Amino acid sequence: MEEFVLMKGNEAIAEAAIRAGTDGYFGYPITPQSEVIEYLAAAKPHERTGMVMLQAESEVAAINMLYGGAGAGKKVMTSSSSPGISLMQEGISYIAGSELPCLIVNVVRGGPGLGTIQPSQSDYFQSTKGGGHGDYNLIVLAPSSVQEMADFVGLGYDLAFKYRNPVMIQTDGALGQMMEKVKFKPQQPRSKKSPDWATTGKTSDRERIIITSLDLDPSRQERFNEKLQVKYRTIVEKEVRYEKIQCDDAEYLFVAYGTSSRICQKSIQMAREEGIKVGLFRPITLWPFPYNEIREMTGQVKGMLSVEMSAGQMVEDVRLAVEAKVKVDHYGRMGGIIPSSEEIVEALKQKIIGG
Amino acid sequence: MAENAITTKELIKKENLVYQKTRLLTDDVMHYCPGCGHGTVHRLIAEIIEEMDIQSEIIGVAPVGCSVLMYNYMNVDMQEAAHGRAPAVATGIKRLLPEKYVFTYQGDGDLAAIGTAETIHACNRGENITMIFINNGIYGMTGGQMAPTTLVGMKSSTTPYGREVSQMGNPLNMTDLVVNLPGTYFVSRQSVHTPGNVRKTKKALKKAFEYQALNKGVCFVEVVSNCPSGWKMTPLESNKWLAENMLPFYPLGDLKVPEE
Repeated sequence: MEEFVLMKGNEAIAEAAIRAGTDGYFGYPITPQSEVIEYLAAAKPHERTGMVMLQAESEVAAINMLYGGAGAGKKVMTSSSSPGISLMQEGISYIAGSELPCLIVNVVRGGPGLGTIQPSQSDYFQSTKGGGHGDYNLIVLAPSSVQEMADFVGLGYDLAFKYRNPVMIQTDGALGQMMEKVKFKPQQPRSKKSPDWATTGKTSDRERIIITSLDLDPSRQERFNEKLQVKYRTIVEKEVRYEKIQCDDAEYLFVAYGTSSRICQKSIQMAREEGIKVGLFRPITLWPFPYNEIREMTGQVKGMLSVEMSAGQMVEDVRLAVEAKVKVDHYGRMGGIIPSSEEIVEALKQKIIGG
Repeated sequence: MAENAITTKELIKKENLVYQKTRLLTDDVMHYCPGCGHGTVHRLIAEIIEEMDIQSEIIGVAPVGCSVLMYNYMNVDMQEAAHGRAPAVATGIKRLLPEKYVFTYQGDGDLAAIGTAETIHACNRGENITMIFINNGIYGMTGGQMAPTTLVGMKSSTTPYGREVSQMGNPLNMTDLVVNLPGTYFVSRQSVHTPGNVRKTKKALKKAFEYQALNKGVCFVEVVSNCPSGWKMTPLESNKWLAENMLPFYPLGDLKVPEE
């Protein structure tokens, strides 16, 4: 039986990566997620599983190393934080366009620009609405505990290979840096088999394999895009994940993910002490977003407050889900400030209940 | 018809065969302009892969530029890289498939402009890959703009009055740069503008693939090439211009040879 250990979120992701049977990690240091690559360097994954770990010369190089490794059929991952993820967007678009599986971890910090190294959730648009060029989607998982940071590595790979699509774990500097108890899954062996779409050298029993997103013929390119959209619709149908906390009798709802969702749980306790029946809807997949499940809540609650460490990004999806059936507003802090549970209760009263 | 001329019937007899296309090239019609060096270098690479019998052990990485569709012509597994990123893509493949041969094929814009960092760092880390660098001093695919390797005074669509050093800086000699990095094992500069040079290029390319099996670092071959369309010359004129103008600045020969 594996025991609980006390660990930082970033370290938990790194340990989970080794245990999930990752073949290659390629990354570039950036605060607040450098512990991922530092942990891997110290843990000697090459001795444990044969896993390759390489510090690239840039995030641009790292994401393209992922492309190469993913094209070779391997389980590959990278991690970075907001400015580094911006640099990776070209490569992410190519990976999505070439239908390659990989895992990308974004430990979000405040922006725009160089911004701050403090936690933020202001990359929601970038993660869920594209980020790079072209019509594509990432599957975006939002952990809210160190345990989920670890668990979503394996889940991320499963989804990435099931749909041949890049998966992003979008977390934030608070979850990356804080220590919590975590229990790891046992070591998974690295896969010895190569998928049949991987470039492993053309043998006489098959045609050559080409990994590319290029097709200069617009009608073929359109057909390829349609095929991608069919895949995305399947993911929307099958892979929505969410958690409802104290929603059974709720008259109001917080919608929040990651660090914000944890603070909202304290706010719920405080509000309920004052007799305000509020619950929490926590999207676990930011894409596909739980539109239907949030819409269903409109029959029960009088209003929803989207709580995010941003100027209000996810709130747009909450509004789309709600279709103006109940009042929706946003409360958030920016620039690396984490809202307090008191502020959130006050915002609920002012913006939703009193408003 | 001369009396001793061979008849068609005799011509197709197996014993009269003097040359045939390597099976490592597909039957796709190449999109390259008449007289362009790309087709020749593609053929040489394909011949070498066939001669070394490594079709099942090799993965190529194509660039963005004129040779973006290289994978249509090479009968090997290939990946298409984003512009300039081929050395990073090749690093990812080779690190995870260390027993395979991996090569990149890149033009001057790809390798020496947008991908300079990836080139330098792959060479400096000593990745066990073969890098083939086609230098024709111009951006062919996008219609003849200045490349980092465009010669001083050379005209292009973005230097219509000739490359001026005060404005555009000097041509970048990447091969001279990478030869100084400890991670390169074999570095050579060749050309394909005459049959003799084609043979020398094939020799250098073959070494660059054979040495890869030693895992001693990057094997780097620059091929100084022409661009009749971009240079606005006939193929013959372009080869003459290459010899007279490109080769003095990019002299041919082996720059780094392993000690035997």
